[in-house]
Order: sequence, then structure tokens, then C-alpha cells
Amino acid sequence: MTVPTAPAIDATAVAVGLTRALRAAGVATGPDRTQTFLGALAQLDPARRSDVYWAGRLTLCGSPDDLERYDRVFAACFDRDPRPHPPPRPTARPEPRPRPAATGSGIPYAPDTPGDDRTPPAAAPASPDEVLRHRDLAALTAAERAQLRRLLAAFALSGEPRRTARTHPARRGTMDPRRTVRELLRHGGEPARLRHHAPVAKPRRVVLLLDVSGSMDPYADALLRFAHAARHGPAARTPTEVFTIGTRLTRVTREMAHRDPDTALAAVAAAVPDRSGGTRLGEMLRAFLDRWGQRSCARGAVVVVLSDGWERADPALLAAQMRRLHRLAHRVVWANPRKAHPGYAPLAAGMAAALPHVDAFVEGHSLAALEHLAAVVRGEASDA
Amino acid sequence: MTGPAAGASATAGPQGGPAELRARLEATGYLVDEGLAIACFLALRLHRPLFCEGDAGVGKTALAPALADVLDAPLIRLQCYEGIDASQALYDWDFPRQLLHLRAAEAAGVAGADRLENELYSRRFLVARPLLRAVETQPSVLLVDEVDRADDEFEAFLLELLSDYTVTVPELGTLRAQSPPVVVLTSNRTREVHDALKRRCLYHWFDHPDFDRELAIVRGRQPQVTARLAAQVTAVVQRLRTENLVKPPGVAETIDWAEALDALGATELDAELAFATLGSVLKYHEDADHARSLDLSAVLAARGV
Repeated sequence: MTVPTAPAIDATAVAVGLTRALRAAGVATGPDRTQTFLGALAQLDPARRSDVYWAGRLTLCGSPDDLERYDRVFAACFDRDPRPHPPPRPTARPEPRPRPAATGSGIPYAPDTPGDDRTPPAAAPASPDEVLRHRDLAALTAAERAQLRRLLAAFALSGEPRRTARTHPARRGTMDPRRTVRELLRHGGEPARLRHHAPVAKPRRVVLLLDVSGSMDPYADALLRFAHAARHGPAARTPTEVFTIGTRLTRVTREMAHRDPDTALAAVAAAVPDRSGGTRLGEMLRAFLDRWGQRSCARGAVVVVLSDGWERADPALLAAQMRRLHRLAHRVVWANPRKAHPGYAPLAAGMAAALPHVDAFVEGHSLAALEHLAAVVRGEASDA
Repeated sequence: MTGPAAGASATAGPQGGPAELRARLEATGYLVDEGLAIACFLALRLHRPLFCEGDAGVGKTALAPALADVLDAPLIRLQCYEGIDASQALYDWDFPRQLLHLRAAEAAGVAGADRLENELYSRRFLVARPLLRAVETQPSVLLVDEVDRADDEFEAFLLELLSDYTVTVPELGTLRAQSPPVVVLTSNRTREVHDALKRRCLYHWFDHPDFDRELAIVRGRQPQVTARLAAQVTAVVQRLRTENLVKPPGVAETIDWAEALDALGATELDAELAFATLGSVLKYHEDADHARSLDLSAVLAARGV
């Protein structure tokens, strides 16, 4: 790599320093991107600040989120002095934890039991599992919680299937002209068998919006585990997005990517700053729709809101945002753990405002209720 | 990247620096800022696809025709949609002609199954779709529009093209571009495009332009609109963007609005006329309601336009 101008500055060292600082700030810059960056610098004037800025921004960033980090890192590297320091070590990322031993309580449910299915056997009503299934999550002891975790790990949440525009070869369905003609050519132009194709079905995306405010505290841990299990369950082909809502909106899909639930939940706990605080559902929902929903993830998806509907702000805003969400999403499911309490009526102002724009209103207070919720998301059950 | 390809197209690339390319782009009526000028310059010099992301209506798609104009190259456009497959994007075999050829060969009594088969799967029976056409046309500008609307399977087809500028047809072999086409990909972010695709590209985020640049764009696109009206329309749109709207208007909407007002014979904007024609800028009922609650005459007065 030859640098045409500015011999005083070693462009390669500067570039590598910048990419390392960026990586520490959370921008995924690999060596290939660094290479492109150097190539770009060679075409421009590395002594000009704006040329370096744009060369880096064009080659090292990959999303609007990166741009903000890039601006910050770039300013830190180039405004202080011309030679960047070695970047500070990342602080946000937790150290990889050793997985607990196979006998530990937090491990995913090992699928080695013969004849094991995704749900515990239903024909054993006296088993502790079965009792646990209907218990309120808020009233569990520590040991019961540990058992519940194992059950949840075997859990799957797959989206309702959707017909896509793609087709695959099938025995019946509409005629597939391409394959039929190919068959014809193969037999020297003699009419051969007709070939068919049929549309491919794919699960819809599932979006989980988890309320982590103080009023949901007894359920938050179990629901986060539910979200993790939903993402990693036996049928993990469903694209799943997880957000937490409280006083601010946090996307925790990336944190949930760890296969080990305990590691994932530790990462989530580090990423969610507003746990056990208040709720501003309407505002959070608007933030979600503006930033994520409208553009991508709510469109045509099954959106599940796990919340008790306690809204501290104006319920009219919540109603308006729920209306918006309802128009975008394929189906909106609201799971409220308080619904199961005897004598419950949706009197919380937020809940009452949201209900007209909800397709299914379910419980979600126990394992059985969460199983029911999963069936609703699959499109196999309606609200009770 | 191959040596001869890079050498051949260096002559077709920009001779000067980003500033000169910027001037040439602006001569075609497409106004660019410094970042976009550098992006285009690097795309041409490094033979990298340019991945354009940003809100709807900020001029991502319009970049491709402007580049085609500057390079004096044909524009090849591929509109993406869900389920688009290789036979619609890359190539397809011309089955009816293959059959005819087969029948004709039989009637003429041609022997030799191998030769016949080679003939059947030769280039003359291959129908080039946009991506293959871009590889075979030199020079050319390829616009892959709204790549976020396609699905993951389609992105996989794009990978080979975007990294090596080649298209592989199993029956024929690999077709290579003598000089790589200029590729512009646009995305509205309705879906996150896979990182493998982005890594091969230069990434440019389109922001909404500031007042002066937007005014210049409106004046450039709608020269018949009076200067006063154009300035007023731009001022109101800039104000609307600061509001919390479901869909903030893009530059395309500003141009549409100026055109609509001009079609009505207006030479200046007042609040009443603005509300009557709000449908050109705001496409959501909630947004229109919200705008009606604003004091637009104050905006018009404050700008002093």
C-alpha cells in the first residue's frame, strides 16, 4: 500500500488505530473493511480531515447506528491529537462466563430424555411439573423457579405461517413451466411429465415487547426467560425480535443471542437501564414504532406485548400508538399476567385504552398460560 | 479484483478528484454534498457498489440516472420484490427457442447428441436479465432498487455479482465483466440487509438536506416555480420535519408540493392554500391533523420569505 501524500502521517497506522477504536465502540469492523478503508484513503487526500472522515464513514459503517458511534470515535481520535491512542477496552461487554455444569439449574433442557416432546407429559397430573404449570409465577420459591427455567428452555414460539412469493417443487399445485420444459428437453422434445410447484410457507416474525417496570417485577425474570426460550426453542427458524419497555426502549435481540439463558439474561440485565422503574407505555410504543416498527419489524409480524397495562402518562397516546401498531402488524397479542387474578377487569387506564386495538388478550401469568400464548402466536388458538 | 478489469475502467472513471465529479453531477441537475461526492468517487475508483440507505424520498434512486448521465452509460434497473429469483434477476434459458432448435435439428437429421446438447445450452439461447445484462454491457450503471424488499435468498444471488462482477451459469461457465459496472443499491430499511452484502459495499446514509440545498434542489427540478413559492414551500417542509410525524416528508414531496402549487397557479403560499394541498406532502391522516394544528403562517413569517 503506497500513500501518495502527507509522509508525516502514517496512514496505515492511523487507519488501523481508528478501526480498533471503532471496534471497541461496537462497530463491527473486520480486517476486510480496514483494507477497503486503506484503499479508499489511497484514492483521496489523507492529509485532509474531511477526506479521512468520509473514507472511514463510507467503508467502515454499515447502519445508521454505526454512524453516531463513528462520529464520536472519529472526533475522539482526531480532535485530540493526530495520532490515535490505543482505544480503551470495551466495558459494556460482559466477560464470557463458563457454562454451568450439566447438572446445574440454569442449563437448557437437555433433549436426551426418550420420547421427550416440547411440553412436559400431560398424563402425569401429580408430577411437580404439572403443578408448576398452573402456579402464578409471582408466588414461586427459588427451587420452583429453577425448575421452571428448565421447562421454559424446552419451549418454542413460532410465528403463524405465511405464504411467501417463493415456490418450491411439489407433487401438486400449479404447473411449473421451467421444470416441465427442462424435462421435455431432456427427453428430446417429447412431451414428458408435468411438473408442479407450490408456494413456500414461512413463519411470520415474532416481536416481543416486554414491560420491565416495577409493577411487572415478579414476572420480569420469567418473561425474559420466556423470550429467550422463544428465540432459541426447538423451532428457532422464526425470526424473533425482543425489546424491553419501561421508561425507555431497549432492543435486546442481540443480547438474547447467547444460547445459554443465564449468560443471555446477564447481558440483558447489563443492557437494560430502566428495570423496575416506571412505565410510559404510549411513549415507548411510539419510540418502537418510529425507530423499528414502521420501517421493518412490526410490518406483517405477530407482535406480543407482555405488560400489565399500567400507564402513568396519557392513555390517549397509548391508544393512538396501539391503533398504529394494529394497522402495521399482522396480529397484536397482549399478555397480561394480572388478567388471571380473580375479579380482574381491565380498569387500568392504559389497558382499557389499548384493548380495542388488540386481536387477542391472554393471561401469561403461568407456564400453562405462556403455552397458551405460544399457541395463539402460532395461530392455533384464540384468546380465552 | 482482476488486473485488466481495473486497468480498463480506470479510463472510464473520473479523472479529477471528488470535487470534479461533484461539479459534473451537479451539471446533470443532481445536487450532491461533499460526502456523497466522495462516495461516488470512491465507488468509481475502487469498483465498489454503493449502498444507499435513508428515508424515502431523499434522492437515493435518483443518484443512479445522474451517474449514468455523467458516465454516459446506459442505466440498467432492477426493481426488487419478494420472491424475485435467478430467472428474473440473472438469466433465463429461452425454452421455446431451444425446443424449436431441437425440432429443426431432428428434422434435418443431425446426429451427435453431445453436439446438439452443447448447442442447446449455448449463449444464444440465454436470455440476459438485468444483472447479467449489466455484466455484459460496458460501461453501464446498475441500479438495484429497494433491495430490502427482496428476501434473503435473493441477496445470495447478489453476492457473487457484487464481489467479483461475475455471473455463473452452470451450463455455460462463469461470465465476467470486462470492466465492472457501477452498481448503486438502495434500501429503505424495511428490513435489515445481511451484513455479508453490506461488507462488499460502500455505505452511504442519506440525510434530509438543509434549507439552502433543498431550495436549490427544488429550484433545479421545478424551474418554472417562482423563487418565493419555492422558498416558502421548502421552509414549511423543513418545519414539518422537526415535528413528530409518522412519515416526515422527503425532498421528493417538497418537489411534488411545489409542482402542485404551481399547477394551481399559485405564486406564493399562505396557510389556507397550504392546508388545502397538504395531501402532496403528508401521506398520513394523523400527520395532516397534526400539521393543521400548527401555526403555518408564523412559519412563513418567521423565515421572512
